[in-house]
Amino acid sequence: MYPFTYHRASSIEQAQALLDVSDDSKLLAGGQTLIPTLKQHLASPGALVDIGKIEALRFVRVEKASVVVGAATPHAQVAGDGKLAQKIPALAHLAGKIGDPHVRNVGTLGGSIANNDPAADYPAACLALGATIQTDKRNISADDFFTGLFETALEEHEIITEISFPVPKLAAYEKFPNPASRYALAGVFVAQTEAGVRVAVTGAGVNGVFRMTEMESALANNWSADALEGISPSADSLLSDLHGAADYRAHLVNVMAKRAVAQTC
Amino acid sequence: MTKVSMRINGEQVNADVDGAQLLAYFLRDKLNLTGTHIGCDTSQCGACVVHLNGRAVKSCTMLAAQADGADITTIEGIQKNGELHPVQRAFQQHHALQCGFCTPGMIMAAVDIIENTNDLDEHSVREQLEGNICRCTGYQNIIAAILSAAKEMRG
Repeated sequence: MYPFTYHRASSIEQAQALLDVSDDSKLLAGGQTLIPTLKQHLASPGALVDIGKIEALRFVRVEKASVVVGAATPHAQVAGDGKLAQKIPALAHLAGKIGDPHVRNVGTLGGSIANNDPAADYPAACLALGATIQTDKRNISADDFFTGLFETALEEHEIITEISFPVPKLAAYEKFPNPASRYALAGVFVAQTEAGVRVAVTGAGVNGVFRMTEMESALANNWSADALEGISPSADSLLSDLHGAADYRAHLVNVMAKRAVAQTC
Repeated sequence: MTKVSMRINGEQVNADVDGAQLLAYFLRDKLNLTGTHIGCDTSQCGACVVHLNGRAVKSCTMLAAQADGADITTIEGIQKNGELHPVQRAFQQHHALQCGFCTPGMIMAAVDIIENTNDLDEHSVREQLEGNICRCTGYQNIIAAILSAAKEMRG
């Protein structure tokens, strides 16, 4: 790792003040992506501001029509929260399949979506459920939040504080994990929400997570795996690498979507 | 430098660490707790697993500064009064190691699994061991050892 200065924040206000001290400071939550990135010399922040221990950012709150999760809440806490699992079982299931148990004990929801890795799981849940991302400055809808590969609508030094997931009528998530990294080669989150059917795909898109509107219309007419027969994204819009060619990923998206829908039937 | 203060294997440790110092290297190089191994150094293999406040974490993917205020247990800290921990004993009895390099991480992961998972069976142990790689044993005896230790620990 290149050298950096470490700062620990005990409140969001303090984190903001610490971020402003230098131009090239970054936030650290669990660090399960950031630390490997630093080790590979793919990032060289001058300072890290650790918000992982701010208690006000670590919670799961179940409300009548939504589940709200603090940005620094570890995946294991989301996966293991009984009340959350009753309201949105697909979200608990997704959190319990991220990385491995050790990573889930440390990695956080806010860190995952702020990084917006094209193969991360949480962006699919946020987009399919129509989540709202609250920061220290404003609310951002998931539709506006994920803007591209490792890109989000967050401004410099804006801090995610919590994510609110509206409770869907039905939802499920299925992914085909890379056996080494456990990142999704293709992951599909399907949901029947108050705003209609929403389908979000992660792991596959060249621009990161995306909605699959063709599948949404098909499922709105007929909520069944059969309704998805022959519907795949165009391979031109998909990632192609040594783990899977674009046409293979296109096929996987269809299979994962069918499996997800089949789970709910 | 950052001041850190944590309990490691029951003893209070205060130190000044570099911001970029990883917990695994802090344990090994500063405190001579070399039972915690560094295998891949890329969060894959799990040889570096220690407990942070009772839960298994990869110490190669955590800054020492992040562990400030925590209660850390390493492989050196699980025996009691010179007696091996039941999981250590089960690994010995079931021949759950060959070269032994992954063993400290395996055992620390196993203790967390046994203490924090209901309804343990072969399938759930295999699933929970997803973050630990062994290149010798084929896992069969590791699973057997963990199930046997679980039985003993749960009475």
